[in-house]
Amino acid sequence: MKKLMKGNEAIAEAAIRGGCRAFFGYPITPQNEIPEYMSHRLPEVGGVFLQAESEVSAINMVYGAAGSGARVMTSSSSPGISLKQEGISYICGAELPCVIVNMVRGGPGLGGIQPAQSDYFQAVKGGGHGDYHMLVYGPSTVQEAVDLMYDAFDKADKYRLPVMILGDGMLGQIMEAVEIPPMKDPAAFAPKPWATDGTGTGKGRRIINSLYIDPDELEKVNHRLFDVYVELAKNETAYEEYKTEDAEIVLVAYGTVARIAKSAVNLLRSNGVKAGLLRPITLFPFPSAILSALADKECIKSFTAIELSMGQMVEDVRLAVNGKKPVGFYGRTGGNVMSPEDIVKFISEKEGR
Amino acid sequence: MEEKIIIAGFGGQGVLSLGQFIAYAAIADGKEVTWLPSYGPEMRGGTSNCSVVVSDEKVASPIISSPDCLIAMNKPSLYKFQGRVRKGGTILVNSSLIAEKVDRDDVRAVYLDAGALALEAGNAKTANIVVLGAYIKLSGLFSVDLVAEMIKEKFAEKPKVIPANLKALELGYHAV
Repeated sequence: MKKLMKGNEAIAEAAIRGGCRAFFGYPITPQNEIPEYMSHRLPEVGGVFLQAESEVSAINMVYGAAGSGARVMTSSSSPGISLKQEGISYICGAELPCVIVNMVRGGPGLGGIQPAQSDYFQAVKGGGHGDYHMLVYGPSTVQEAVDLMYDAFDKADKYRLPVMILGDGMLGQIMEAVEIPPMKDPAAFAPKPWATDGTGTGKGRRIINSLYIDPDELEKVNHRLFDVYVELAKNETAYEEYKTEDAEIVLVAYGTVARIAKSAVNLLRSNGVKAGLLRPITLFPFPSAILSALADKECIKSFTAIELSMGQMVEDVRLAVNGKKPVGFYGRTGGNVMSPEDIVKFISEKEGR
Repeated sequence: MEEKIIIAGFGGQGVLSLGQFIAYAAIADGKEVTWLPSYGPEMRGGTSNCSVVVSDEKVASPIISSPDCLIAMNKPSLYKFQGRVRKGGTILVNSSLIAEKVDRDDVRAVYLDAGALALEAGNAKTANIVVLGAYIKLSGLFSVDLVAEMIKEKFAEKPKVIPANLKALELGYHAV
């Protein structure tokens, strides 16, 4: 039975259904419905909800709980996620699983509270110090956010890294009909023989750490992490193609913006312009191979990245297209959101269509 | 079928919940829907609006540049959004608070004294439900019975307010 739910609340319920039993956070608009929901829902399933005194505390509580083997998450919005970067780097260095939700708002600094996509670089290129990545999803509908969140803890456990759900204020606030999947049985989750849960003693003692003084040892860790990213790219890369078969102009957009771009594709087609859309679902790993393959297609004349930023994902599009076709960019910022008609106007004027 | 609606007014007028009722009705009717609120440092007395898209197919853009229908609950909302309604669209004006007329002749303008009808229904707070009744009549999207069921379900925990809301729905429905 489908239910009308707000993005933030649906994501919180999906996390619990996916096995989340611990949440540490600190309030910030536009994601407050997630901790609010967790605060009454987690105790019902025997979980832990804690509002920390700061984002720095919250992410380090996540670090601790993840180390002990819990399915743990935090959520925040841009300025709060910046504060969490040190902890995220440590969690990645210590190879621990967790889930982080960022409902992005405009920046830099305190910025605004309206939707933005200007944390793309921070999410996919690292964000904190050191060589690391997370598995980053950019859901475009509440249902997709629910489905990705539902399995996010499984992915985090499998690859032993944080999974980030990169949404925006719009995704958090919108209400849509969703199908919430059934509760997963925690007894069925794979054991974590590395977790510091009090069972490793003597020679089998377990240590969670991100400090490696010996350069050779640290280099090995760096290579081990990047071997995982190769596996991620092989197994987890996800995208949606929309009307690209005969497209001459391909829009590239992720998240809620991809929905606006999809409407723009339909408007452009009704004006006789053969447009299509490539929508990355995983932002890291980025779907470079499909973009490269599209760039090889004769019918496709150009790509245009559409973002709520000054142009961040467009750099990954350019790397993937690798000069084979021109790559344009259209963005709105500051919390302003383009309409489908704005995209049509941009394509008509700048691309001469 | 795709119907794009912008509902706007003061915070506290039930603008967001009016949109939610349309969204609930859409789901009960087997349609696809998105409900997107304005959000921000808003409070009772401030301005508030939401965009609702009802469709037979999955809704792509929840952002509406040109609505099929504008429901203006106060004067600033009418001024802000009336120019964006598509030609041949509908503007439903809460004339209890808006003395001005719609400044366009290429749309259908409907005036509704929602405040007075809400008082007649027995509860001044039901003005948004009066408007909901008028809207479902004008749009022809849902049956009044379906929305009445919705109201009973959503107010199940506050049964005392149900009769006034049902009355408000009916008064609004028959007023246009």
